[in-house]
Amino acid sequence: MIALIDYGAGNLTSVKKALVSLGTEFSIPASPEDVASASGIIVPGVGHFAVTGALAGPWQNAIRRAVDGGTPLLGICVGMQWLFEGSDEAPGVPGLGVLPGRVRRLQGDMAARLKVPHVGWNAISMPKPSRLLDGLDSGAYVYFTHSYAAPVTDNCVGATAHGEAFAAAVEHGHVFGVQFHPEKSSAAGLRILRNFLGTCA
Amino acid sequence: MLTKRIIACMDVRDGQVVKGVQFQQLRHAGDPAELARRYNVEGIDEVVVLDITATLETRQALARTIRAVASEIFLPLTVGGGIRTEEDAAAVVDAGADKVSLNTAALRQPALITTLAERYGSQAVIVAIDAKRRDNGYAVYVRSGTSDAARDAVEWAREAESRGAGEILLTSMDRDGTRSGFDCEMTAAVSDAVNIPVIASGGAGDIQHFADVFTAGHADAALAASIFHYADTSVTSLKQFLRGQGIPVRL
Repeated sequence: MIALIDYGAGNLTSVKKALVSLGTEFSIPASPEDVASASGIIVPGVGHFAVTGALAGPWQNAIRRAVDGGTPLLGICVGMQWLFEGSDEAPGVPGLGVLPGRVRRLQGDMAARLKVPHVGWNAISMPKPSRLLDGLDSGAYVYFTHSYAAPVTDNCVGATAHGEAFAAAVEHGHVFGVQFHPEKSSAAGLRILRNFLGTCA
Repeated sequence: MLTKRIIACMDVRDGQVVKGVQFQQLRHAGDPAELARRYNVEGIDEVVVLDITATLETRQALARTIRAVASEIFLPLTVGGGIRTEEDAAAVVDAGADKVSLNTAALRQPALITTLAERYGSQAVIVAIDAKRRDNGYAVYVRSGTSDAARDAVEWAREAESRGAGEILLTSMDRDGTRSGFDCEMTAAVSDAVNIPVIASGGAGDIQHFADVFTAGHADAALAASIFHYADTSVTSLKQFLRGQGIPVRL
């Protein structure tokens, strides 16, 4: 059973719909204790990093314990940013901190007409093989909508450039994250969700 | 590289897709869920549903339409038309919309833009501007194009951005339904004035019009309705043409 975390993220409905279409059994845990029995955890997200403040405390502790115990975790958009130490968008709100680095604002480039927010379909390059992006061609298009982004580090398995390179997909053991929205990225997105679900026993 | 988006718009009345010419003369163009299914397969990048009646009685019908469309596509879905309050926006988001499009209400009470941006994020808030050429500027109209708002489109787009809008959907009333091409000059004027994406709308008639609005019009996305409804133009052939012109698209 996959645990889909409801902390008020705006894309909860869309992620639910995608999981239903993939035939996945999932639940929305009512309390942090329910996370312990999950075979995998998905933290959705869209919008402002401050919203993840709702996860601070009991939820964060429960998710951390489950991940330390080997439960796969997927963060989507702001949910992926939350895997890092924190974000300049809401400096007072701590991230989960399972990945090193800090989320920063994209600079864009007005002269080159690269606007912020970065909205639309962009290609991901794949610097190394990954379980999450398995079966996708390098250069596959996925749907982004964000103003902040995580740095390209050793955990980056999918990179995208918008004025600067940033981490579009990360993978560290059984911790996964995508800056884009797989639930809005047509067939490519559903493939990525299926890949994650495949890592959940 | 970020691609230019091709967006299919459905004007919906009483649960059916309709299409007008210069905001008048409506005719039926099909079932929303059926069209959505086709767009999903054809490679459209995004779908917009505009409730063009938006009376109180039709709000529930709209929620049903949104759910039906959302169940057919795994693409970004925007809903607009008659969203006047935070509750109206919440109803369409709960039904499955990723973004809400504000028009008349944004001009009447600009604070609504900020309220919704704080609740759902700027990426979820589109400000739709209907404008026509007048003198040396672009006059904004509200109430489905029936009422002069006494504002200029460029200046209003700047204000909408500063209040938290994540995108501008700019419709040329002069070109709407005429198939004579987008108003590239107006689109460029607005696009150059803001740092958020601008979606051009109104006038799409052939594939060259899309190339024009992405180059001369500086548009980040282009929206059309009838050209896709009646399958005059396939999305794939449109995108192949654009790629051939050096314009980045998702294929």
